[in-house]
Amino acid sequence: MSYRSLPRWLIVVAIVGAAFVVLPLAGMVLRVDWANFLPLITSESSLDALGLSLRTSLAATALCIVLGVPMALVLARTRFWGQKVLRSLVLLPLVLPPVVGGLALLSTFGRRGLLGQTFDAFGIQLAFSTTAVVLAQTFVALPFLVLSLEGALRTVGTRYEAVGATLGASPSTVLRRITLPLVLPALLSGAVLSFARALGEFGATLTFAGSLQGTTRTLPLEIYLQRETDPDAAVALSLVLVVVAIVVVAVAHQAGEASPLRRGRRLVPDAQDSADIRPVERRQS
Amino acid sequence: MHGRRAETARRGALLVAIAATAALLAGCAGGASGSPADPADAPGTATSPGTAAPDTSTLDGSVTVFAAASLKGTFTELATRFEAEHPGVDVELNFAGSSDLVTQITEGAPADVFASADEKNMTTLTDAGLIDPAAPVDFATNVLEIAVPPGNPAGITSFADLANPAAKVVVCAPQVPCGAATASVEQTTGVDIPAVSEESSVTDVLGKVTSGEADAGLVYVTDIAAAGDAVQGIAFPESANAVNTYPVAVVDHAGRLDGATAVARAFVDFVAGASGRAVLSPAGFGAP
Repeated sequence: MSYRSLPRWLIVVAIVGAAFVVLPLAGMVLRVDWANFLPLITSESSLDALGLSLRTSLAATALCIVLGVPMALVLARTRFWGQKVLRSLVLLPLVLPPVVGGLALLSTFGRRGLLGQTFDAFGIQLAFSTTAVVLAQTFVALPFLVLSLEGALRTVGTRYEAVGATLGASPSTVLRRITLPLVLPALLSGAVLSFARALGEFGATLTFAGSLQGTTRTLPLEIYLQRETDPDAAVALSLVLVVVAIVVVAVAHQAGEASPLRRGRRLVPDAQDSADIRPVERRQS
Repeated sequence: MHGRRAETARRGALLVAIAATAALLAGCAGGASGSPADPADAPGTATSPGTAAPDTSTLDGSVTVFAAASLKGTFTELATRFEAEHPGVDVELNFAGSSDLVTQITEGAPADVFASADEKNMTTLTDAGLIDPAAPVDFATNVLEIAVPPGNPAGITSFADLANPAAKVVVCAPQVPCGAATASVEQTTGVDIPAVSEESSVTDVLGKVTSGEADAGLVYVTDIAAAGDAVQGIAFPESANAVNTYPVAVVDHAGRLDGATAVARAFVDFVAGASGRAVLSPAGFGAP
């Protein structure tokens, strides 16, 4: 019924927009050499690339959670001078061309980089290692987690945390028992998005980590290389990546709709009913 | 309600009309680009050679040249010189990896001339019927050279030194021309390079060397010449085992006018002739 309230031309443009996104994917699916699809995606180099991509993306997601959750909490729950600038800087990898990210990482962690020489002194060499791939992926994926978690933290508000604190819970207990359970769905969907971004990382990896089968050649790099000699294999592998991406987006959507948030939503209005929370909040701050 | 909906529909039609007009205008602008001073080469009115050309040259029109990325410097220079010789001609250049260009041309990109960094990619197009098998002319050769960062930190002096596992050596993947050349030199010499990375382009190999991440990389002589002081080149005699030949040819075009084909042929002759040599040799390219 609600579609009647929209002007018809807008719906037409929306359909054109949807076609613009969906048609190229359909075009690619039509190019797939189905007879050889399985051999193409199960070749040794393809499986190496897929395995490496999954492992590095999982590691990058873990790193994003470890670093991103505290970052989101600090951005959402504290106020300090220069916070807005810091937030913009943290989100910069979202808008930065990946190659630029790669160059930035190179000039920091590279052999002649800012920290590279220090690492070198300890016998750690990042260049051309799988660790370099994980670093590149974390660099580009981190903003996704920080952004979605910070938004959720602001939406949920501080009322429960304040109540918990007045009842004697330590800041760590409040974080563990109240804050994190409330934003768990956002954390999950943020993590899934980070995983997807890490999986698709190409430019920074190419610039920073190199490309060697089984060590640094992730699936996007393998597709890029296969295209040189075997476009069929490149298309088949692209389809694998598209399917993984669709699954990931579906999971993220599901996580966003998951029950903890609904429970949270139900609790928030209750909290608004109890008027005696506000003074507590003031005392806290 | 009725009236408003009719009005919405009319507005919708108007928007579509505006969009269509904009697209048409953009199309027109595209067709006329690069030749505002010369209405003679507008589609449909292109002059055939010898007729009504106001300048001394008989050539008139534009030519779109698709050239391998390694030809960027030399072909930009050649295009400028060609335009100076033929004031009525406009040369449009498109540089990318040879295999990318082949994909673009097979997908219908409007190329008049294709200059490939290897024979394999040219063969792909002759096999596809987009280039006459007799058309390609070899105009240059290129050989591999070892690129090291200034100061040569790993002390590499020969091709055999690249087998040292302590040195971080970067090469091209065997799927790309420079990697195929590397593999064939490895095969003929029996030297097995434990590369830390197999990049998909020469540029990426060179980047790893100039940034100092790698101790050595295998690239073409011309890449080292173009990189200037950023890298040091070490020539090695074994490179003669893998000489890369660059062919150039006119791409067949169903709807192209004779005038445009004449310009394309003239450009191919220019590249393969003495003028081409004068620009290609200083850049490090060998004669075919």
